[in-house]
Amino acid sequence: MLNLTDEQLKRYSRHIILQDVGPEGQAKLMEAKVLVVGAGGLGSPIALYLAAAGVGTIGIVDADVVEISNLQRQVIHFSSDIQRPKVDSAAEKMRAINPEIEVNSYKLYLDASNIKEIISDYDFVLDGTDNFATKFLVNDACVMAGIPFSHGGILRFDGQTMTVLPGRSACYRCSFRQPPPPEAVPSCSQAGVLGAIAGMLGTIQAAEALKFITGAGILLTDTLLTFDAKIMHFRRVVLKKRSDCPLCGENPTILDLTEIDRATCDLSV
Amino acid sequence: MEIRLNGESRFIDQITKMSVAGLLEMEQVTSPEMVAVQLNGEIVDRGTYHNTMIVDRNEVDFLYFMAGG
Repeated sequence: MLNLTDEQLKRYSRHIILQDVGPEGQAKLMEAKVLVVGAGGLGSPIALYLAAAGVGTIGIVDADVVEISNLQRQVIHFSSDIQRPKVDSAAEKMRAINPEIEVNSYKLYLDASNIKEIISDYDFVLDGTDNFATKFLVNDACVMAGIPFSHGGILRFDGQTMTVLPGRSACYRCSFRQPPPPEAVPSCSQAGVLGAIAGMLGTIQAAEALKFITGAGILLTDTLLTFDAKIMHFRRVVLKKRSDCPLCGENPTILDLTEIDRATCDLSV
Repeated sequence: MEIRLNGESRFIDQITKMSVAGLLEMEQVTSPEMVAVQLNGEIVDRGTYHNTMIVDRNEVDFLYFMAGG
């Protein structure tokens, strides 16, 4: 176990006094490696809270630059960051919150050719992407590599999330099978999203990552948590790991990572 | 018949069974492609929405695809 310095004892005191975290849990956080896919609406609060929590190594993936239309919900980016790469903007804020952490920036799109190598360095992955292609890719790659992850999605006033422990709990494909046809996907620029929804869902995902690392509590596995913030209704739908899942079932048909058209759900346009 | 739809009780008058496709239509789900349907805990194959019948006391969940992040 790491020996915490006086400054670390102070910085993380509110974690350390938690019975379910304690100095041991904080030491685990400081040794953990977590990857955040997307530095957008979900990735912003995720990255901020993981940094603040002292997660020792945080990777952040995003190919985009900051646009003014991002600022309504992507709270890690400021007006002065417009046109900067999102990973640079995010890494700067994370280091400013907590100089003790290491941030690895990946200014790229995850695809079938690079995802395996990137995720293999991490203990837990958080999906904060804005398109089905990457959401399914993250699911498939994490399940194949056995790396636990948190799925997240938002739209309008709604959010959904589930935590996947590959081989042990339901994966995204167990229920959602395959991406909807691109022509059916509503244009998110038309659909819109209430900015705070990103914060609501992203912080739930961040909490799941912290729980996974510290071992505190019970994870959101085999359960899809959904909410409708219009009426502030939260619901848990029990899901099952399916024996006929095309990915993690008994006779899988998805054996390799393949490219899926990135029908973007670009909330930034 | 009375079913549980998305966790809430729903009474459907003068009907003893209804297809998944019929329920999606009745609920005015405009893009069924953006929904995975779970019936009594099992995912319903998309190709069988017209043949899969929902009867009294069944539990149905519409799981919406959400791509935003």
